[in-house]
Amino acid sequence: MRVLVVAEHRAGELRPVTLEAIGAGTQLGEVDVLVVGPDALAQAVNVQGVSEIVAVAAGTEFDPDLLRRVVSEVAEERSIDVVLLGNTVDAMSYAAAVAIDGGRGFVSDVFALKPGLVATRSVYAGKVDAEVAIDGHAVVLIRPGAFEPATGAGSATLTSRIETRAARVRHLETIQPDDGGLDLAQQRFLLAIGRGIGEESNVELFTELANSMGATLASSRPLVDSGWMPSSRLVGQSGATVKPAVYLAFGISGAIQHLAGMKASETIIAVNHDPEASIFNLAHFGAVADIFDVAEELAKLY
Amino acid sequence: MKIVVCVKEVGLLGDEVEFEGNRVDPDFLDRALNEWDAYAIEAALQLREAVGGEVVAVTVGDEDTEGVLRRALAMGADRAARIEGELDFDALAPARALAPVVAEEAPDLVICGAQSSDAANAATPAALAALLDAPCVAVVRSLTVAGGHLVAHRELEGGVVDVVEVDLPAVISVQTGANTPRYAALRAIRQAEEIDIPTHALAEHDPPTRVIALRLPGHAGTTILLEGDSAEIARQIAALVKERVG
Repeated sequence: MRVLVVAEHRAGELRPVTLEAIGAGTQLGEVDVLVVGPDALAQAVNVQGVSEIVAVAAGTEFDPDLLRRVVSEVAEERSIDVVLLGNTVDAMSYAAAVAIDGGRGFVSDVFALKPGLVATRSVYAGKVDAEVAIDGHAVVLIRPGAFEPATGAGSATLTSRIETRAARVRHLETIQPDDGGLDLAQQRFLLAIGRGIGEESNVELFTELANSMGATLASSRPLVDSGWMPSSRLVGQSGATVKPAVYLAFGISGAIQHLAGMKASETIIAVNHDPEASIFNLAHFGAVADIFDVAEELAKLY
Repeated sequence: MKIVVCVKEVGLLGDEVEFEGNRVDPDFLDRALNEWDAYAIEAALQLREAVGGEVVAVTVGDEDTEGVLRRALAMGADRAARIEGELDFDALAPARALAPVVAEEAPDLVICGAQSSDAANAATPAALAALLDAPCVAVVRSLTVAGGHLVAHRELEGGVVDVVEVDLPAVISVQTGANTPRYAALRAIRQAEEIDIPTHALAEHDPPTRVIALRLPGHAGTTILLEGDSAEIARQIAALVKERVG
């Protein structure tokens, strides 16, 4: 089986999910990697298991039309069976178009893969797992954090291609979040809050608790949508994928988009008044209790 | 400006589920407008209010799914159309069903929700854009139109926002939180009930993917319940944090 991994970068820096896609790809067959971006990226993907790197020199800006065209062409020329990439915001702009172009099947947010090809993904807001069989060629998007990354120096051959930019989508600017530089993925202790905090004024209470406990405050989607928390604090789909030593969740029910981003945490402690909350399916420790009472008692201990 | 909004009726699962072969028993599903699509409708209405034009809501489904179109009409959409038929599970099936009808409308802009809550493929925007040969910008938090272009703020992982200018016609998908979807007035809801919604035939395609098994997610392990009053729970949490974080 021939696999093409499409590298993803942010401002020229390789995103970790690309190494995870290479790791997943080597379990399926021979892996080539396509890099569209600055030259230096080709070295970053030269890891064990990669046969060939196809490098297209381009700027750091994301151009969905260019990626669609180049990925479709390279996959066609090389008779690629599976195009593999991360389930990311960038991929959502063009990966399904590659599937349409090549008459391929499309499966996204995959957390397990078996040769054949059978992909496992979550449906119905994470309450059901579906095994999907794909006939023929495919485009598969893997969930960040779900596969072991490829490591070790590789010995891939390098091929360069020249492509011209498409012009229909033009990058104007990149806006960094206010607390830019905060990398939730690097924190050892996260205190995460969700809809259960009830009111915006309660954010401060948990901010203070996080500070006194030495934790970094994180959030689920509803608080970001309400504008109560900045999106730099978002854990889950279109936010950060985290694996802290401790993930302490207050008032988070556990939507799949959130769980996907934190399920790999070493220890998950969940406090929620609702015993049916989905997060208890994942938590190592759970307390069915009033989050404000527990927060108040915790504050007394620090 | 003519805007097509693609909407979907989704199945919401409660705490219990039973399977019928390789699908969820419909008796266990509540039907509702997909959460993301309410933001898509609102984004379309706000654009129309800003620059003028027409909003057309489109869905794929049987007659029972017309409720999502009537909701869009009650919120303020000018027209609606339904593609008659039931879709299988395949991720690209909705885009293939929508494409001929959307192409016939020849809109300046197509707005979708970023994903659906039940199938969660997030495939329709980019696939539909490919079928219409239009550019696609996914996961948009805000958008404006000026000088024949669309300016969209893409929401990336980690709170980073990428601002792009896009040629029209284009297909975009909107993230939740992009706006505050309006409520429909009772009178508008009643009026929407009276509107005749035209239907289109569904073109057949052989799906390249199929569901071969459904199961409940494996429990990650056993959850140890922290018991006692709030003070006791707090004490146990503090001990765990000390032991595991240091």
